Amino acid sequence: MDTGAILMLLYVFVLACFAGYQLISKVPPTLHTPLMSGANAISGITVLGAMLAARVGPGAPFNISTILGAIAVALATINVVGGFMVTDRMMGMFKSKK
Amino acid sequence: MDFIAATEPMHLNHLLANFGYLVSVVMFMLAIMRMGRVKTARSGNFLAALAMLLAVVSSFVEMGQIEPWFIVGGLVVGGAVGAIMAKKVQMTQMPEMVALLNGFGGLASTFVGLATFFSLGGSGTLGQMMKEGGWFGGMNLVLTLIVGSVTFTGSVIAFLKLSEKMSGRPILLPGRHALNGILLLAPLALGVGAVWFVQGVPLIAAVLILIVLLTFVLGVTIVIPIGGGDMPVVISLLNSYSGIAAALAGFTINEPVLVVSGSLVGASGLILTQIMCKAMNRSLANVMFGGFGAEPAAGGGGGGGEYVGVKSSDPESVAMILADAANIVIVPGYGMAVAQAQHAVREMANILEEKGATIRYAVHPVAGRMPGHMNVLLAEANVPYEQLFEMDQINDDFRNVDVVMVIGANDTVNPAAKTDKSSPLYGMPVMNVEDAKTVFTMKRSLGSGFAQVKNTLFECPNNYMVFGDARKTLEEIIKALKED
Repeated sequence: MDTGAILMLLYVFVLACFAGYQLISKVPPTLHTPLMSGANAISGITVLGAMLAARVGPGAPFNISTILGAIAVALATINVVGGFMVTDRMMGMFKSKK
Repeated sequence: MDFIAATEPMHLNHLLANFGYLVSVVMFMLAIMRMGRVKTARSGNFLAALAMLLAVVSSFVEMGQIEPWFIVGGLVVGGAVGAIMAKKVQMTQMPEMVALLNGFGGLASTFVGLATFFSLGGSGTLGQMMKEGGWFGGMNLVLTLIVGSVTFTGSVIAFLKLSEKMSGRPILLPGRHALNGILLLAPLALGVGAVWFVQGVPLIAAVLILIVLLTFVLGVTIVIPIGGGDMPVVISLLNSYSGIAAALAGFTINEPVLVVSGSLVGASGLILTQIMCKAMNRSLANVMFGGFGAEPAAGGGGGGGEYVGVKSSDPESVAMILADAANIVIVPGYGMAVAQAQHAVREMANILEEKGATIRYAVHPVAGRMPGHMNVLLAEANVPYEQLFEMDQINDDFRNVDVVMVIGANDTVNPAAKTDKSSPLYGMPVMNVEDAKTVFTMKRSLGSGFAQVKNTLFECPNNYMVFGDARKTLEEIIKALKED
């Protein structure tokens, strides 16, 4: 990762924070919980980093980072799958008057 | 196709994967936008799940030929556990569920940080091992470990408090501010040591693990002094941290998808945190470090007991008054969640609506133990969301209301917050329930709420206490209404 890549990521970070703030600034209270649990599921995106750590080249032996990575994959996936499913369950309950 | 694959397989994989990442980032953005509106929220969540799937598939494409079994194993195990948890959890357990999932996310980031370190190899300091990333990459890895670990143990403590496996009361350690300061500064100093000074894999590994252990303790010491009633703030803040941890992990592995998605979560958590603090008229620092609700407050407005002129009523009388009321407002609080009374509330409301009354629900932003807690419970009981009103929408209208039923709410309906400058609640926006003609307050006893403050509502001439378990009381009211 060279300086250019770092700078680009910093740009991405700042812009995404700003975009996130603008996209979500007005949330009706009804959605506070589902937004939180949905966002929580999205934070499980760290699963990509975990996958990278858990990969083993063809025929290569596994090592300590593979094992740590595999645990991280499992933990992040709990977050992702549990988060999205529970959010869907909650959102399915919000009903309007017939 | 064979020709391209044979000559430049890496290149093509990389291109395809990055295109996939780009699309998934756009999908995440659209998803989170949709999740902010009631009508589009469910499709937004689905879109976010699809975006996640696309990102995972793209990652497989990018990695090309590998032995995928460790990854697949993690995905299968994690997916199964997550799915079972999501299916089994009860709506009343949602606050602790969110806290626990959050903790898993944080711990995952910690493990990603550690795994990244062990995959580096090489020699010298951490800064030198990170090659081109240098000190920035190294410090970033350290920050990933710190934020991930604090999120993990902080969330676990929040989970224990919310599920009442641990007392919801604040636990104040002596010298906790100094302790927290040390527990934050020491890992940072150790991180600086690892990046610039400590040499060799085993030593650096020891330093990094020490950082993780210290910040595990920090997560505990930060959250244990925070009481149950302040959990909506804590849980949103931890949510924000888990996003920041993911974004930091993105810097560590040089992956913009993580940076963007993590930032989105960080921002949304921060917005919710702000909303919750504003609803209590307290600063984030006061919530985090104030030790609020630890002891009965001293002074005129504080203290527990001594109530004068409290009137009480019984379910039959409540039913009689309700039967004649045209304009009824229900004010739910944490007590409704504890008693699991939301279905009984809905049943009573149905009967009253059949009798021609208008029913509205007034929900305080910090009612319950997480943002939107009451809304979720009432939705579970099939209350249409149009009947739920925010405090600001309904507060001036209480004077036109015939009957207010306070069900398990306490601090959020305490008039002392408006009038008594010596009260710890002073300045917190509360609901003007005492303006209504009649108020029925359902509560187990006259015991004080989370803030440990005497509730002057109980002494108002138009307020009647209905003592007992909220659900049993409501069932008796329903019975009386049916006999009517």
